[in-house]
Amino acid sequence: MNKFVIAVYVENKFGVLTRVTSMFTRRGFNISALTVGETESPEYSRITISMEGDGYARNQMINQLRKLYNVKKVELLEPDKSINRELMLIKVKNNPDTRQEILSAASIFRSNIIDYSPDALCIETTGEPSKIDAFIEIMKPFEIIEMCRTGIVALERGSGSILKK
Amino acid sequence: MQMTGAQIIIETLIEQGVDTVFGYPGGQVLNIYDELYKNSDRINHVLAAHEQGASHAADGYFRATGKTGVVIATSGPGATNLVTGIATAMLDSVPMVAITGNVPCDLIGRDSFQEIDITGITLPITKHNYFVNDVNQLAFTIREAFQIARSGRPGPVLIDVPKDVQVALAEFENEPIFEKFQNSIAPEEKIATAIEMINEAKRPYIYIGGGAIGADVQKGVEELAEKIDAVIGCSLMGLSAVPTDNPRFLGMQGMHGHYASSMAQNNADLILAIGVRFSDRATGNKKKYAKGSKIIQLDIDFAEINKNINVDVGIYGDINNAFYRIANAVEPKKHPEWQSFVKELIDREISNYIKSDKLTPKRTIDIINANVPDDTVIATDVGQHQMWTAQYANFKMPRKFVSSGGLGTMGFGLGAAIGAQIGSGCPTVLITGDGSFGMNLNELATAVSTNANVKIVLFNNGVLGMVRQWQTLFFKKHYSSTTLERKTDFVKLADAFGAKAYRAFTPDEFQKVFREAMSIDGPVLIDCAIDKDEFVLPMLPPGGSIDEMIEKIGGDSNE
Repeated sequence: MNKFVIAVYVENKFGVLTRVTSMFTRRGFNISALTVGETESPEYSRITISMEGDGYARNQMINQLRKLYNVKKVELLEPDKSINRELMLIKVKNNPDTRQEILSAASIFRSNIIDYSPDALCIETTGEPSKIDAFIEIMKPFEIIEMCRTGIVALERGSGSILKK
Repeated sequence: MQMTGAQIIIETLIEQGVDTVFGYPGGQVLNIYDELYKNSDRINHVLAAHEQGASHAADGYFRATGKTGVVIATSGPGATNLVTGIATAMLDSVPMVAITGNVPCDLIGRDSFQEIDITGITLPITKHNYFVNDVNQLAFTIREAFQIARSGRPGPVLIDVPKDVQVALAEFENEPIFEKFQNSIAPEEKIATAIEMINEAKRPYIYIGGGAIGADVQKGVEELAEKIDAVIGCSLMGLSAVPTDNPRFLGMQGMHGHYASSMAQNNADLILAIGVRFSDRATGNKKKYAKGSKIIQLDIDFAEINKNINVDVGIYGDINNAFYRIANAVEPKKHPEWQSFVKELIDREISNYIKSDKLTPKRTIDIINANVPDDTVIATDVGQHQMWTAQYANFKMPRKFVSSGGLGTMGFGLGAAIGAQIGSGCPTVLITGDGSFGMNLNELATAVSTNANVKIVLFNNGVLGMVRQWQTLFFKKHYSSTTLERKTDFVKLADAFGAKAYRAFTPDEFQKVFREAMSIDGPVLIDCAIDKDEFVLPMLPPGGSIDEMIEKIGGDSNE
């Protein structure tokens, strides 16, 4: 089982995200994360899919995405040729005994405290998914109240654009 | 020119070359039906008894003519009744355009009377679908829907048009039909590898499916088989592509395939697969499928390459182009050892047929074969009768076999036969069972009202035979819900619908009434008494491999 990331340009039309996610259900794909947002072109949205699976699952995913009519471009983003980032907001218990430890961990992970209340701290952290995973591990002993990850956004390294490939 | 949405729908359909549509009126398509009324001299509407029947008719219309089928239904239940027909078309790659009405835009989302999200429902069973909320987009959407339905691997497209869009005005001008999307051309090195593999093969087997008919390579397949001394087999969807009487043609292979065809495929050293998707019903246990052979797969759809079976060379896109580049370049060969091996398989297959003076499925189909013109369309429902037809019916030309393969839709046959008959103008024989026929027999009304030249041969065994066969073999003869304790008199039933009907108990009786039926213009039903213990053989157990093939059951009593 490998992790892989796929970038998809879709036409900015009503219901396109539903078409893509409906296909996942129909073909039995299990997605670990999916993000969608605006791009450099107003005509298209970009979906970034991260998924675990073998080579068969990866090829099927790419092929079935390419068959959807509103999908314009599908590219596998190779880990060593692309940059991945994810953002997380995490809320942990705030108490005088552990506060200092939380603040120094946040500082080492170059994360920001974005909300402070007597009972809780909310931290914003950005980075590779593995960094986010590690930060969560460190926060666990301090009691996580709630957290939210965006899923990966990714671009190829260098000057290329996958839409123009 | 200013037109209403409903006018634009009809004008665009005519522009796309549509001469016949199937459907059923209702509240949210009244405007479309009003235009059909005004334009009845330009476009023919066939009223079905039920929207499902209309959808199967549009499907059968394509299968027999190659022209995109069109079906119209109202919102809500009208639209949901199309679902099985659309899914059937999707699984068998049938181009279809389904047009549904919906409640006006300002009532959408309020659970209005007969409102349903049909684009949401049909998302996974259409190639693409549309909800049109702007009359200015309507003509373009319909043109694009036809383009998508026909291009590449064909499939159904649904267009949902709210009532207010049908009423609203927009400018309309006729436009040329959109060209199909270009299929990619196979790279030279793949063609070269395929040629080399065929040249090296000693036991070549050409395996054709529905895609071979779509790519129009049937003639080429026969010529190639001659050139490289190959045999030809097919999937269910590939039937009728190659004439049954071609001596190189071994028939359908797979779960209920011909013994010789399945065995030859399993013993081939090269399979040239054209437009097949290696469905589980065709391959059995995929791990053991055709282990000793190299496979070249030609398919219009890139996503089919390596989807079900890993192949040695996968070529996608323009199959006609790829096929002829390969076929023209391969060396002529003779493989006498392979041919004598196949001959032994055929002999064994023939020796498995048991002579009987009863009205067996094979006898019945033999009589049909002997008494129909060459251009006859044979349609089926789904079940034992379908497999017997696939095994024994003779075909002389392509697009003469109309059957639900991928979805296996019981109740498909009658609607599809009517659509195929009306579209092709050719005599049509529907071979069905009492189970399948019972599902949509209401379309007898349509057969009568259109005077469709459809002869219904009903294999009446009083049971759901295919499921019963599995219960016999794998469920200790627990005949759970497969014995139909019905008292339906199909002759009286047909008579009540206004169709002629006969009954046959023996081959002689059947031959007599079938000939009589063929001489009548219009629908006729023949109720044939078939023994409930007839089995479809041979059979690969589900998930089983070719070594587990069941050739006979209970000594000589299988026929």
